[in-house]
Amino acid sequence: MAEPQPVLEMTGIVKEFPGVRALSGVDFRLFPGEIHALMGENGAGKSTLIKVLTGVYSLDGGTITLDGESVRFGSPLQAQQAGISTVYQEVNLCPNLSVAENIFIGREPTRAGRIQWKRMRKEAAELVDRLGLDIDVAAPLSSYPLAVQQLVAIVRSVGTGDRDGAGFGTKVLVLDEPTSSLDRDEVLELFRLMRQLRDEGVAILFVSHFLDQIYEVCDRMTVLRNGTLVGEHLVRDLDQVGLIELMIGKALDQLEELHEHQMRSDVGETLVKAEGLGRTGGIAPFDLEINKGEVLGLAGLLGSGRTELARLLFGADQPDSGKVTIGGKQVSMSAPNDAIAAGVAFCSENRKSEGLVPDLTVRENIILALQAARGWTRPIPASQRDELVAAYIKALDIRPADPEARVGRLSGGNQQKVLLARWLITQPKLLILDEPTRGIDIGAKTEIQKLVVSLSEDGMSVLYIAAELEEVLRLSHTIGVLRDRRLVARLTNGPEITTSKILETIASGEHQ
Amino acid sequence: MTTISRWRALTHHHLFWPVAVLIALLLVNVPFTPDFFSINMTDGHLYGSLVSIVLFGSPLILVAVGMTLVIATGGIDLSVGAVVAITGALTCSYISDQADQNTLSAVFLAMGIGLVAAVVCGLWNGFLVARMGIQPIIATLIIMVAGRGVAQLITDGQIITVNSEPYKLIGGGYWLTLPFSVFVVAAVVAVTVALTRRTALGLLVESVGGNAEASRLVGIRSTRIKIMVYMFCALCAGIAGLMISSNTSAADGNNAGLWIELDAILAVVIGGTSLLGGRFSIGGTVVGALVIQTLTTTIYTIGVPTQTNLVFKAAVVIVVCLLQSPKFRAKVFGAKGPQGPRQGAAPVEPAPAADAAPKMEVSR
Repeated sequence: MAEPQPVLEMTGIVKEFPGVRALSGVDFRLFPGEIHALMGENGAGKSTLIKVLTGVYSLDGGTITLDGESVRFGSPLQAQQAGISTVYQEVNLCPNLSVAENIFIGREPTRAGRIQWKRMRKEAAELVDRLGLDIDVAAPLSSYPLAVQQLVAIVRSVGTGDRDGAGFGTKVLVLDEPTSSLDRDEVLELFRLMRQLRDEGVAILFVSHFLDQIYEVCDRMTVLRNGTLVGEHLVRDLDQVGLIELMIGKALDQLEELHEHQMRSDVGETLVKAEGLGRTGGIAPFDLEINKGEVLGLAGLLGSGRTELARLLFGADQPDSGKVTIGGKQVSMSAPNDAIAAGVAFCSENRKSEGLVPDLTVRENIILALQAARGWTRPIPASQRDELVAAYIKALDIRPADPEARVGRLSGGNQQKVLLARWLITQPKLLILDEPTRGIDIGAKTEIQKLVVSLSEDGMSVLYIAAELEEVLRLSHTIGVLRDRRLVARLTNGPEITTSKILETIASGEHQ
Repeated sequence: MTTISRWRALTHHHLFWPVAVLIALLLVNVPFTPDFFSINMTDGHLYGSLVSIVLFGSPLILVAVGMTLVIATGGIDLSVGAVVAITGALTCSYISDQADQNTLSAVFLAMGIGLVAAVVCGLWNGFLVARMGIQPIIATLIIMVAGRGVAQLITDGQIITVNSEPYKLIGGGYWLTLPFSVFVVAAVVAVTVALTRRTALGLLVESVGGNAEASRLVGIRSTRIKIMVYMFCALCAGIAGLMISSNTSAADGNNAGLWIELDAILAVVIGGTSLLGGRFSIGGTVVGALVIQTLTTTIYTIGVPTQTNLVFKAAVVIVVCLLQSPKFRAKVFGAKGPQGPRQGAAPVEPAPAADAAPKMEVSR
C-alpha cells in the first residue's frame, strides 16, 4: 500500500510537569481520511498528547508538522485556526442559543457589522443536511438530547472555515471520549457521522475507553504507556488481547506470579443481593451477591463501570431498575442515607471532591458519618468522641497524630486513612472502597491492603475497586469483571485465577 | 523569643484583625470626642458612646448572627431587611388595634405573630434554596423585593405608631442600668453558640458549606439543615424587627431595616467567615457588627458630611478586607514580618512572615 503523506506528524514530543515527565519523545502521525485511536491506560499520556496537539499545553520538545509545515500553537484558538478542532466529552456549547447560532458562534456571517441571520441559518441548514443529519437549525440547542448536541458540536468544529462548500476547514478532528454518555443508537449515529467525515478526507483522532468501539470504527491505533510510544498498528492487525498487553506492558502469561491463597472458603451467608440493578448511561442491569466477610474485587478498565456499580450499591446515584436487599431487607436506595442506615459505607475515589471536607479538622472529618447518622440533636459526647478519634488515629497510624490538624493539609495517604476511619467508626457491614490506594505512597498502600484483609477476617464485607489487577487479585475472594459498562463475569479466586486470566476475560468480554 | 511566639499566636488568632480594627476605630473618635470612653449614670441608666454603639448595633448583631449560619452553608440571605419590616409591621398593627396597648398578653401575642411570620419567610427561603435548588441570592431576592410590599400592605402604606410601655422595653427600655436590647442580643448569641457548638449543628453546617457533595455522600440531610438555618436567620431578623420598631414605637414598612442585609453580610465577612461557606465564627460576626456600628457612629462624630458618608464607610471596609487577605498582608508586611515587634532579633523576624499566609488562610 502506497502510503499517502500524513496530514499531521508529531515527532519526539516531550512534555514535562514539575517532577513528572508526562511525554518522553512520543511520535504520532495521522493520515487524512482515517479514524485513528489513541490508546493507553489512565496516566499513559493520552490527554497530555491531545492537549499539546490542540495548543492547551506548550511543547517542551519535539516538532509538530501540519500539512508539511512546522507549526507551534500557543493557544487552542491558534490550533483551531490552523485546522485542528476538538470535541470534548462535555458539550461546550450554549444550550440557550439555536443550533445555527451555536454552529456559527464567533464567526457569524456579517455585512457592515450586522449579523446576516438568514444567511447564517441557510448555511447551517445546508451543512447539517450535507452531513446527513436531521436537525432543525432554528430550534434551541437545549431542545435536543445530549447526543444530538454532541453531533452539533462536531458539525460546529468541522464547519470552521468552510467557504467553497467542498471539503471542510478542519483537517484534524479530535474526539475526546465522545461516547461515554451515549446509548447504543446514539453511538451508531455518531459513528456514521465519523465515517462520513473520514470518507470526505478529515483525519479523526478518537479516544474512547470502550474497546469494542475502537474495533468497530477505527482504522489505526497508537498505543502509549507511561508517556512513551509503544507502537502504531492497523486495527485489523492487532487483536484485543494483544492491545491490552501493549497497554499494560506485560505479556499476559508473564503476569503469572505466585500469590498464596490463604482465602477461606467459608465466607458467611449472603449479605447484599442486587437484582437487575442498573442505570442508563451508568451501568447495564446486573445481579450481584456479596457474602458476609467476603472481599469482592472489581476488575475492568477505566470507564468500564466499576465506580458506577459501586455508586448504585450506595445510593449515590439513583438506579433506573432493579432492587437491593441487604441482610434480607429490601433497601430503597433513593439516597445515601438509606444505604448508610443499612450498614453500607462508601469511600469515593475522589477523596477531595466527594470525600473530605478540607476545611474541617481530622477529628471533625472522622466523626462526620457517625454524627450524620445520629442527627444534629445528639452530638457524640466529647469524651467518647475524643477516645474514638484517638483510637482510630492510632490504629490507622494517621500522621500527624493531631486531631486538630486540618485535613486539607494532610498527605494523600493520610487523607485516605481519615476517610477510612470515618466509615470504620460507623462499623459498617459492607465497606465499598473505590481506588483506596490511588495516589498514595507504597507504605500506606500496604497498610490499607492489610487492613482490608483483617476487616474481612472480622466478618466485614468489602467491595474493592482498584486499577491494579494484582491488588484486586491479592485481596479478593471473588472477582467481578466489568467491560463496557457491563458486569460480564464473576470469578471465584483460586490458584487458577491469574491476572492474565482476568485480562483475557476483560478482552473477550465473555458472559458467564 | 517567647514574646515573639506569643505575639505570633495572638496575630494568628482568627479574631485578631477584626478586634484590632474595632479598637483602632474606637480610638479615632477620641480626638474628636475626648470623653468618648466615659460612661455616666443618669436616672439609674448608663449613658455614653460605648453604650449607644451597643444599643444601636443590637439589631445588626442579631441579623448578622443569623446571616453567619446561612453563609456558612454556602448561601446568602438578602431578605432579612424585608423580614425586619414585615415583623415590625405585623406586630405594631396588632398592638395598635388593641384598646389597651399596655396589656402584657396582647403585646406577647403581637410579638408572637410577628415572629411566626418571620419564620414562615425563612421557611419559604429555605424551601426555595434547599428543595427547589434555586440559587440563594435569587431565592431570597424574592422576599427582599416583595417583602417591603407586603409590609406596606399590612400597614396600609402608613407609618403605624404604637404607644405601648411593655413593647417599648425591648428596643428602647433599660434593665439593670443597661439597655434591654443588650440582654436580648446576649441571649440570642448565647443560644446560637449553644445551638451550634453544644449540638452537632455547627459541625454539620460547616460540612455542608465546606463540601456539599461529600456531605451528601456521608449521609447528612443537608436539605433539612439548610431549611432550618434559613428559618433561624429569619427568626433573628424578626427579633431585630421587633427591636427596631420598638425603639421608634413605629412600624415603617418602607425604611425599617433598609439595607441591613448588606451591613450584616459585611459584618459576617469582617468577622472572618468565608462567603464560600464552611467554617464560621459567631464571635467574629459580633465583632464585625460592632465594627460596622462603630464606623457609622464615627462617621457622625468626626463630621463626615452625610452626603458622602457611604464613601467613607466603603473605604474603611476595603481596608478591613485587605487586612484580612493573606495575600495582601504577605505583600505589604511580607519582608518585615507582620508588624512585628521591633525588639526581636533580626534573623528571627522573616520566619513569622513566611508562614503567616498559610496560617491565616485557614481562619479566613
